[in-house]
Amino acid sequence: MDTSFSPEDLAFRDEVRAFFAEAYDEELQARMANLDTFKDAVIDWQKRLYEQGWIAPSWPKEYGGTGWTTTQKFIYEQERTAAGVRDVIPFGLTMVGPVIYAFGNDEQKERFLPGILKSDDWWCQGYSEPGAGSDLASLKTKAETDGDDYIINGAKIWTSYAQYADWIFCLVRTSNEGKRQQGISFLLIDMKTEGIKVNPIISIDNHHSLNEVEFNNVRVPKANLIGEENKGWTYAKALLAHERTGIAGVPDTKRNLENVKKYAREEVNGGRALMDDPIFQQRVSDIEIELMALEFTELRVLASVASGGAPGPESSLLKIKGTEMQQAVQELTMEVAAYYQGVLPTDLSTDQIGHDFGSSARQSYMYGRAATIYGGSNEVQRNVIAKAVLGLE
Amino acid sequence: MNFDFSEEQGMLRDSVARFVQDDYDFDTRRAIADSEQGMSAEKWQTFAELGWLSVPFAEEYGGFGGGPVDVMVVMEELGKGLVVEPYLATVLMFGGLLQDGGSDAQKESLIPQIIDGSLQGSFAYLERQSRFELADVKTTATADGDNYVINGEKVVVFNGANADQLIVSARTSGEQSDADGVSLFLVPAEAAEKITYRMMDGQLVANVTFNNISVPATALVGELGKALPLIEDLVQRVIVYLGAEALGIMSQLNTKTLEYTKTREQFGTAIGSFQALQHRMVDTFMSYEQSKSMLYRAVCSLKDEDDGTDSEIHALKVMIDKAGKHIYGEAIQMHGGMGITDELDIGHFAKRLMMINTTFGNGDFHQGKFNELRYAS
Ligand SMILES: Cc1cc2nc3c(=O)[nH]c(=O)nc-3n(C[C@H](O)[C@H](O)[C@H](O)COP(=O)(O)OP(=O)(O)OC[C@H]3O[C@@H](n4cnc5c(N)ncnc54)[C@H](O)[C@@H]3O)c2cc1C
Repeated sequence: MDTSFSPEDLAFRDEVRAFFAEAYDEELQARMANLDTFKDAVIDWQKRLYEQGWIAPSWPKEYGGTGWTTTQKFIYEQERTAAGVRDVIPFGLTMVGPVIYAFGNDEQKERFLPGILKSDDWWCQGYSEPGAGSDLASLKTKAETDGDDYIINGAKIWTSYAQYADWIFCLVRTSNEGKRQQGISFLLIDMKTEGIKVNPIISIDNHHSLNEVEFNNVRVPKANLIGEENKGWTYAKALLAHERTGIAGVPDTKRNLENVKKYAREEVNGGRALMDDPIFQQRVSDIEIELMALEFTELRVLASVASGGAPGPESSLLKIKGTEMQQAVQELTMEVAAYYQGVLPTDLSTDQIGHDFGSSARQSYMYGRAATIYGGSNEVQRNVIAKAVLGLE
Repeated sequence: MNFDFSEEQGMLRDSVARFVQDDYDFDTRRAIADSEQGMSAEKWQTFAELGWLSVPFAEEYGGFGGGPVDVMVVMEELGKGLVVEPYLATVLMFGGLLQDGGSDAQKESLIPQIIDGSLQGSFAYLERQSRFELADVKTTATADGDNYVINGEKVVVFNGANADQLIVSARTSGEQSDADGVSLFLVPAEAAEKITYRMMDGQLVANVTFNNISVPATALVGELGKALPLIEDLVQRVIVYLGAEALGIMSQLNTKTLEYTKTREQFGTAIGSFQALQHRMVDTFMSYEQSKSMLYRAVCSLKDEDDGTDSEIHALKVMIDKAGKHIYGEAIQMHGGMGITDELDIGHFAKRLMMINTTFGNGDFHQGKFNELRYAS
C-alpha cells in the first residue's frame, strides 16, 4: 500500500496547474457566471481544453482520450477543482459519447464524436418522463416505424439544458412485448426537427436549466438508432456503470469546505470568529472526517477499476456519500451567510447589499437538493446496495 | 394542567385558517410576493377588519389584550398559508417594542394606527457585522441639544420597503458590543435612505442608511442606553412566534408529502408503500410532534415571572432548526424532481423555514447559549 506520487506524476501536476492558472482566466469566469454569456463561455472553455488535448480524459485514446494513468486522472481532477475550474458539461462528453464509441457503428462514430470532442454540438439527456422517474423502464415515449424513419410521440421531463441543445439522446419505446426493459431503444434526435417543443421549468434556485421536451410526430431517421432496436436499456446501463467514478465529487466538496472555513474565519459573532466557535468547528470536522475517508473509498474503487475490475454496485456508495457531503457543505455555507442566505439575484452590487456570497450560497444549496434525486436517487442507490452488495432480496 | 385552547383562541385560529383557505391560496401568495410592494394592502386591511392587528395590544389603546398563546395561534395559521404580509414586522416587532417600551404619547398615537391598518413599521436592528449578537451595534445616536443625530446603516430590515416608521437601535454610549449604551429611536422611514431587495422567502427587505438624521428626544423608545433588555425580551417572544409559524409550515410540508407519496406511483405502486420511505415519514411526523411540544413548553415559560425562561427559548430554536431542516429536506427529496421546481409550493415552504431558522440566531448559536446556561461551571 502506497499512495505517494512519482516524480513523473509531480511533473504532470505542475503542468496541469500551470495550464489552469494561465487558461482559466478571470474574464472567462465572469462570462460563465453571467447567465447571458454562460453557454458561449462554456463552449469556449471546452474548445480550449480540446486544443490542449485534455477534453476527454476518460475516453480511450483511439477516440480522443488522453491515455493518462489512473493517478494522472486523479491528479487532473485535484488540480481542476483546486483551481476552481468548472467541470465539462457531462451530457456529450461523459454520457452519450461513451455510448456512441462503445455501441455505435463506424458511421455514427465519425459523425458524432468529433462534434462532441470539439463542443460543436450541445447534447441533452432525454430519459425521464412525467410517469417514469426512478422507474425509468416504465417510459412511454414511443417510436413507431415508418419506412426508414421512426415517428416519435411523447414527452420527456427534467431535461437539463434542453434549451441550449443541438441534439438529444433519448430512450424510447419501440416495443410493448416481453419485459418492459426489452422494448426500449437508444435514439439520437436532432433538436431542430419539426414537432419538438421545449418548455422551460424554473427550478427551486430560481434558475432555468430544466425543461419539458414534447415530441409530436417527430420524424427521426433509423440511421440515428444506436446498436440494435430494443437493446437501448443495456446500453444505458453500461453508461451508468461507466459513469460512476468521479460521481462523489470529493475534490469539489473539499474545495467548497475550504471556502466555508475561509468565510467562517472572516465572519464574526460577538467578537469571536465563527471558525473559533467549538460548535461550528465540530460541524466542519464532522464533514472533513467523512471526506477524508470518502476520498480513499473513491481511490479504492479507482484502483480496482485500473487493475481490471469494473466499478460495481459498490460505487453506489460513492454517489450516496458524495452527494450527502456536498449538501452538508452547502448547508454550512448557508449557516455562515446567516440572514444573507436569503438574498435573491438583484441588480444591486454585493457592496450595496453588504455581503458577497449569500446569494450564490443560496443558489448552490437550493439546486444542490437535486443531487440526491438525479442520477438514480439515493433511495434507489440504497436499494442497489441492499440487493446487489448485501444480497437482501 | 391542560393543553386546551380557550374558545376565543379557537375562534381566532378558525378566523385565520379560513382566510388562508379561502383567500390566500398559493397562486395568490405568489402573485403578492412577486408584486412591486411585496405585500397586499388590501389583505392587510382585511387583517385589520378581522381584528388580527389588535391581538397583542393592551385594551387601553384599542387592543385585544391577547397574550403569547393568542399570538402563537395566529402565527401558526399564517405559517400554513406562507403569508408574506408583515404581521411579524409591524405588529409583533415594531408594535411589540412600542407596547413594552414606548412612552404614553407614542403608544397613544401609534398603536391605534397599527390596529386600524394604516401604519406599517419595522424594527431595524441588524448591521453588516452583527450577525446574531444583539448588542453589536455600530450605528450611533449623538445628543445635539434636545435632539439626537443618528448615523449608520441597518441591513436586511424586514418590511423595510413598506415601513412608515422605524424603530432603530443605536449606540448612545459605550463600545461596539457593550450591553450598556444601546438606545431605541422612532424614525420616520422617509428621513432615511433605503435600497430594497428580495429574499427567497418572498420578503422585500431594505438596507437603510442614516446620514445625520436628527430626531427629537421624544423619539426615544424606552430608557436611554438601556434598550438591550427590552430588545432581548422582545426577541424571546418573537422566537416563540417564529416557532409557531414554523410549526404551521412543518405541518403543511408533512401533510403534502404524505399525500404525494400516497398518489405518486413508481414500479406499479404508490411510493408510500415502500417501507424505506414509510419509516422516514414516521420520523418527520415525530419531528413535528416534538417541535409542537417544545413550542408549548416555550410559550408556557414566557408566562413565568422568574428568570428561568431563556433555556426554553434556546431549546425551541435548536429544535425548530433541526426539525425544520429534517422536514423540508425529506419533503423535497420525496417529491423527486417535482420538489425541485419553483412551481410547487414545497420549495417555498422550505425557504421560509430557512429564513426563520436564521432569524435571531440559528440552531448552532442557540445551542451554544443553551450549553452556556446549563453546563457552564
Ligand atoms: C436538477 C435535475 C436535473 C435532471 N436532469 C435530467 C436530465 O438531464 N435528463 C433526464 O432524463 N432526467 C433528468 N432528471 C430527472 C431525474 O433523473 C429524476 O428526477 C429521478 O430519476 C427521480 O425521478 P422522479 O423525479 O420522477 O421521482 P420519483 O421516482 O417519483 O421519486 C420520488 C421519491 O420516491 C423515492 N423512490 C422511488 N422509488 C423508490 C423505491 N423503490 N424505494 C424507495 N424510494 C423510492 C425516490 O427516491 C424519491 O425520493 C433531473 C432531475 C433533477 C432534479
